[in-house]
Amino acid sequence: MLETFPSQALFGGILIGFSAVLLLAFNGRTAGISGILYNLLYNPLSGTERNWRLCFMAGLVGGAYFMLPVEFELRQGYSPVLLIASGLAVGIGTRIGNGCTSGHGVCGIGMLSVRSIAATVAFMISGILTVTILRNFIG
Amino acid sequence: MQRLIIALTSGLIFGAGLVISEMANPVKVQNFLDPFGHWDPSLAFVMGGAVMVTLGTSRFIMKRKTPIFADQFYISLKTSIDRRLIIGASLFGIGWGLSGYCPGPGIINAVINPIEALVFLPALVIGGWIGQRYSARGNSIQH
Repeated sequence: MLETFPSQALFGGILIGFSAVLLLAFNGRTAGISGILYNLLYNPLSGTERNWRLCFMAGLVGGAYFMLPVEFELRQGYSPVLLIASGLAVGIGTRIGNGCTSGHGVCGIGMLSVRSIAATVAFMISGILTVTILRNFIG
Repeated sequence: MQRLIIALTSGLIFGAGLVISEMANPVKVQNFLDPFGHWDPSLAFVMGGAVMVTLGTSRFIMKRKTPIFADQFYISLKTSIDRRLIIGASLFGIGWGLSGYCPGPGIINAVINPIEALVFLPALVIGGWIGQRYSARGNSIQH
């Protein structure tokens, strides 16, 4: 349970929301990470269509890098099988479901999109079920 | 050029937000997804804070005819909740729970925990390829 008010979580969340608003207001684009990533990888794009996505990705990694003094304990020795299964499921799921935590959870809900609200409820429920099963019956 | 600077800035803020909020900490994410065990509800404030900002502003932005630097909004206009959306989102949730990574944190992990990124990222890329192929096939059947 919460011992102190999670101001860091709230502040970080506000930054994420602000980032999404910036991209929407100026460029008319959704800050959906999975969409940006997979369009770059698997759709033949050129010019600005490709370059803005590259810039966003470079910024994403760069922004994280600049903040790295905010450190948390790194997980070590996590099961590679779980990491691979996770990557595959996240990749397949976000492509089929057209979005992830950012596209549906932050941008879509902000637009009151029923699809995004439904998707967010679905991935929250399946995420909770997965961790509950993983920790109580497997891990 | 303007649009590229906006995209870079937006990415920078997003990446910083993921680290500051600790959304990029997979152990914390798994604790957030564990309400029946070691529940850590603090990450609800990440999505809460982000949605507060988007919910408060999106409708005003969308009242504009065009974005400030572009000639149209590129927004999904789909409104139907279909089986594919729910199956895809549920599968994504399973993956999110298995490691604690959604795509953003998974990608920036390249500079945070490169050892895990080396295993997770190739799987994420291959998974996207599989999903893309499946989606393309489904579309051609639908139409």
